[in-house]
Amino acid sequence: MTTIQSIAGQDEQHPDVALVERVRAGDVSAYDTLVRKYERQLFRIAQHITQNKEDAEDVMQDAFLKAFQKLDQFQGNSKFYTWLVRIAVNESLMRLRKRRTSKMVSIDEDLETEEGTVPRDLADWAPDPEQNYNQAELADILRKTIQGLPQGFRVVFALRDVEGLSTEETAETLGLSVPAVKSRLLRARLQLRERLSRYFHKKNGSVETGSRELRAES
Amino acid sequence: MTCTEFIALLDDLIDDTVAAETRAEVEKHMHKCGHCEVVFNTTRKTIEIYRSHEIYDLPNDLRERLHAAIMARCKKGC
Repeated sequence: MTTIQSIAGQDEQHPDVALVERVRAGDVSAYDTLVRKYERQLFRIAQHITQNKEDAEDVMQDAFLKAFQKLDQFQGNSKFYTWLVRIAVNESLMRLRKRRTSKMVSIDEDLETEEGTVPRDLADWAPDPEQNYNQAELADILRKTIQGLPQGFRVVFALRDVEGLSTEETAETLGLSVPAVKSRLLRARLQLRERLSRYFHKKNGSVETGSRELRAES
Repeated sequence: MTCTEFIALLDDLIDDTVAAETRAEVEKHMHKCGHCEVVFNTTRKTIEIYRSHEIYDLPNDLRERLHAAIMARCKKGC
């Protein structure tokens, strides 16, 4: 059985620590290395939260500048990357608040407590369903689908499953408890699965496509 | 094992953090419940697809421009 595991390791001698030390000692070129290493990830995370390309560009720049200014506050208790992601998440939320001045924005927004815990679409998918679409179509489907998730689910899925943070790191980054992250992750995964099902069903008609409930008893 | 109990274990199953004896029960349930097998396989596939496809691409020219802007500000002390 294939498994999907977090890529986050627990190595205490992380190479980022040495780079951070060099930056603190005045070597700006070491920061260049760190920026290059994480700029794609930060841009993606900012896009997941703001859902706007221009905002994501600003967030990415502001997050790296803020991290540079605050580098003395980085304790080394958490990984540099996790610390950086926390800054980017906060910058992204601030950017959303600026856009929607009348509305509070938080990662708790729009959460419906019951939705998405019971799978309804139980028809199987085609063997490699993504191959029925070209790259652009697929990217469009994936974007539309994840953008339909509530913010609080989307950001947990993005950090945990797309960026590979551990459950604990995701919790720390978002200021949530570990059980809250787990609960949101399950619902995010199930809701995405449900929404993608309409694109990825087997198409030969040999599979039922109607909605059926899971049995309560086995 | 019921389907509801199975769904509660779904994340641990996908992340491979289920204890050995529980895994045996889970696999037994999946063997006789086609619906739960579909939910497991398609949820795992959902994650794989999102992990392996770049949906928010950062084009190289934009990346270089943003990178240069960040480093120019850092060199000036921000």
